[in-house]
Amino acid sequence: MLNRVVITGIGIYSCIGKNLAETTQSLYQGKSGIILDEERKKYGYRSGLTGFVDRPNLKGVLDRRSRIMLPEQGEFAFVSTDEALKVAGIDQDFIDKSSIGILFGNDSSAQAVISANDIIREKGDTVMVGSGSVFQTMNSTVTMNLSTIFRLKGINFTVSAACSSGSHSIGLGYMFIKHGYQDCIICGGAQEINLYSMGNFDALGAFSIREDAPFKASRPFDRDRDGLVPSGGAATVILESLDHALRRGATILGEVIGYGFSSNGAHISNPTVDGPQKALEMAIEQSEIGVKEIDYINAHATSTPAGDASEAKAIFNVFGQPGPYVSSTKSMTGHECWMAGASEIVYSMLMMQNGFIAPNINFDNPDEDSAKLNILAETKETKIDCFLSNSFGFGGTNSSLIIKKWENK
Amino acid sequence: MTQIEIAEKIIPFLVEEFEIERELISPEANLRDTLQLDSLDYVDLVVVIESNFGFKVKQGDFQNLATFEDFYGYVQGKVNAQDEASNN
Repeated sequence: MLNRVVITGIGIYSCIGKNLAETTQSLYQGKSGIILDEERKKYGYRSGLTGFVDRPNLKGVLDRRSRIMLPEQGEFAFVSTDEALKVAGIDQDFIDKSSIGILFGNDSSAQAVISANDIIREKGDTVMVGSGSVFQTMNSTVTMNLSTIFRLKGINFTVSAACSSGSHSIGLGYMFIKHGYQDCIICGGAQEINLYSMGNFDALGAFSIREDAPFKASRPFDRDRDGLVPSGGAATVILESLDHALRRGATILGEVIGYGFSSNGAHISNPTVDGPQKALEMAIEQSEIGVKEIDYINAHATSTPAGDASEAKAIFNVFGQPGPYVSSTKSMTGHECWMAGASEIVYSMLMMQNGFIAPNINFDNPDEDSAKLNILAETKETKIDCFLSNSFGFGGTNSSLIIKKWENK
Repeated sequence: MTQIEIAEKIIPFLVEEFEIERELISPEANLRDTLQLDSLDYVDLVVVIESNFGFKVKQGDFQNLATFEDFYGYVQGKVNAQDEASNN
């Protein structure tokens, strides 16, 4: 028998809030977390725009050994995971007696790699990078560090799937639990935000250059969008089997009912309509609900001309008119890349819990494709019983998740 | 440099790097237990010493040092050898 999979904890550390309460407020207010970083301009970036959040100060929270092995995105992930575990009511004593796993999305650790090699070049001696470096540089840095810090004993690996990494981590967690291999998994996504993390992405000319108005730069689906704004942080989603959650008396926040995925089988960076559409249809079919039951779509839409248009076509093809409400929270956060698929589940969960849909800010004028969608430019107070979240990445990796509100049945 | 001068230079680095109380460090105290060194921490001890004294430490050199006094003696020997080499 297949298990039902529920969400019992969420946590966030992002440019629009360092915890769930701050983030809820920002979502409701349509507050942007985008800044212009002059250091990026000096370094050679075409665009100095970025989402920004300070690194947390973990001295006194984590011991020295734990701290020196954590890169920036690992610190972000520690904070979001600590919050999610508290929300889930899971303490260290419970973890020690359980077999809890971790699946986190992360697809780079640029600063750690560059810093280490700068030291080796300068000193001519590898030992001078110190003992923490290797554990900071690997793509699996978040899962290797958090599994050590929290003494996790279940499944333990990192999902690297470009900008759908975070979404696939939740999808894979859902499958592991659904099929009975795990009772509880810490899922999520983390994204570094430092100067070195995005230079080569900037090189593709994919970033907005609306530097005179950072808050206006990320404008998914808007006719006058000119590119995405990179961002980062971390988000955590605790998944459990329904039985496991009920057994320990957890408060259930939502249920994962669909995970659709696909690969475009086409260009490495140019989007397609068919690929995302296939993931959407697969998630809906799996969830055994009708398209009319989905109240809200948190779109992947990053604010690039081609990507948003393709997604708009895919959503329209599947949902028709009038479709569900649509917004892209990237209008406020920028594109949180490896983290986005997880953070956008957290943002949508916060909307579902608090009875509103966050706006797609800067949506001033639709284009031909976005005009066919029910995009909300302003905050709307409304009940969400079910939502869908899209994530797409380089290489044509697509992921769609469907989450339903928990109503004690 | 005398061993006292070596100790005065090293102790602040150790206190900062390994985040331990200054009072725990005494010449006769056990180096590994006091600093709570595991195999990875010895790498960081090499970084601290090479960065602040400028000589190369061979892998495994520190593992044979029992007390802080032994440690200061090792560093003193290396520093003095380095000074002699530069004077010649």
